[in-house]
Amino acid sequence: MLKVVFFASLREELATRELELSLNGPLTVAELKQQLALTSPVWLRQLCQRQILQAVNQQLVGQDHPLQQGDEVAFFPMVTGG
Amino acid sequence: MFSCQIEVRVQTADFAVEPIYQQLLKQSPDCGALCFFVGKVRQFQPDDSGQSHQKTSALLLEHYPGMTELVLQQLAEQAASRWPLQHIQLIHRTGLLGPNEQIVLVAVSSPHRADSFAATEFLMDQLKSQAPFWKKQQNQQQSQWLESKDSDLAAARRWYKPEQLPLLLKQKAIDARP
Repeated sequence: MLKVVFFASLREELATRELELSLNGPLTVAELKQQLALTSPVWLRQLCQRQILQAVNQQLVGQDHPLQQGDEVAFFPMVTGG
Repeated sequence: MFSCQIEVRVQTADFAVEPIYQQLLKQSPDCGALCFFVGKVRQFQPDDSGQSHQKTSALLLEHYPGMTELVLQQLAEQAASRWPLQHIQLIHRTGLLGPNEQIVLVAVSSPHRADSFAATEFLMDQLKSQAPFWKKQQNQQQSQWLESKDSDLAAARRWYKPEQLPLLLKQKAIDARP
């Protein structure tokens, strides 16, 4: 199982706060993105055609990061705090 | 060298500087410097063109509970390893904030002023580009998510040697790959 969470404009555009997915075999963050992008043109645009960041278990990771059972994966836009 | 006391808080409630100042004042007899920075909501925000200014009725601040606190703690630890500091207090608010409301506090104590100034600026520069917070600007007509600024990224990058840049500050280069 994977938990996938979305924040800020990404959460609004996808109208999704959180998903649970089953993990069948090896998968990287980039591959997960490609899978999710098949949902609809909006998901493709939001996940693959704009600049977003990804974290696994609350640590920022690169696209090639391999996922494991129980991971929490987060996708979000560039940050704007302070 | 001190062992630095770090306190990080993410909260919806407002904060008062004075009690924190009094606390740091009492607890830092060996320090010659206390540096406090407060970031607040501007009444007017420049629009995308930078030409005109729009009146902000509120700023909505979202964060990633858990990760935000973790990143702030890591940034404070980095500051404590770079400069001889005795205290670091970071407070960042979330939720709906009106014009002129306080957003963020960075408070630092150190034996000499240069270290307090540098650490405070480092923490603000990093916090703006590395901590998972997002601002949505609201005015009478509309609301829109703010975009990150290249000038903020550049301010965060200047503290690192190129080979030591954190992943997030390299992000533009990574995403540019085909």
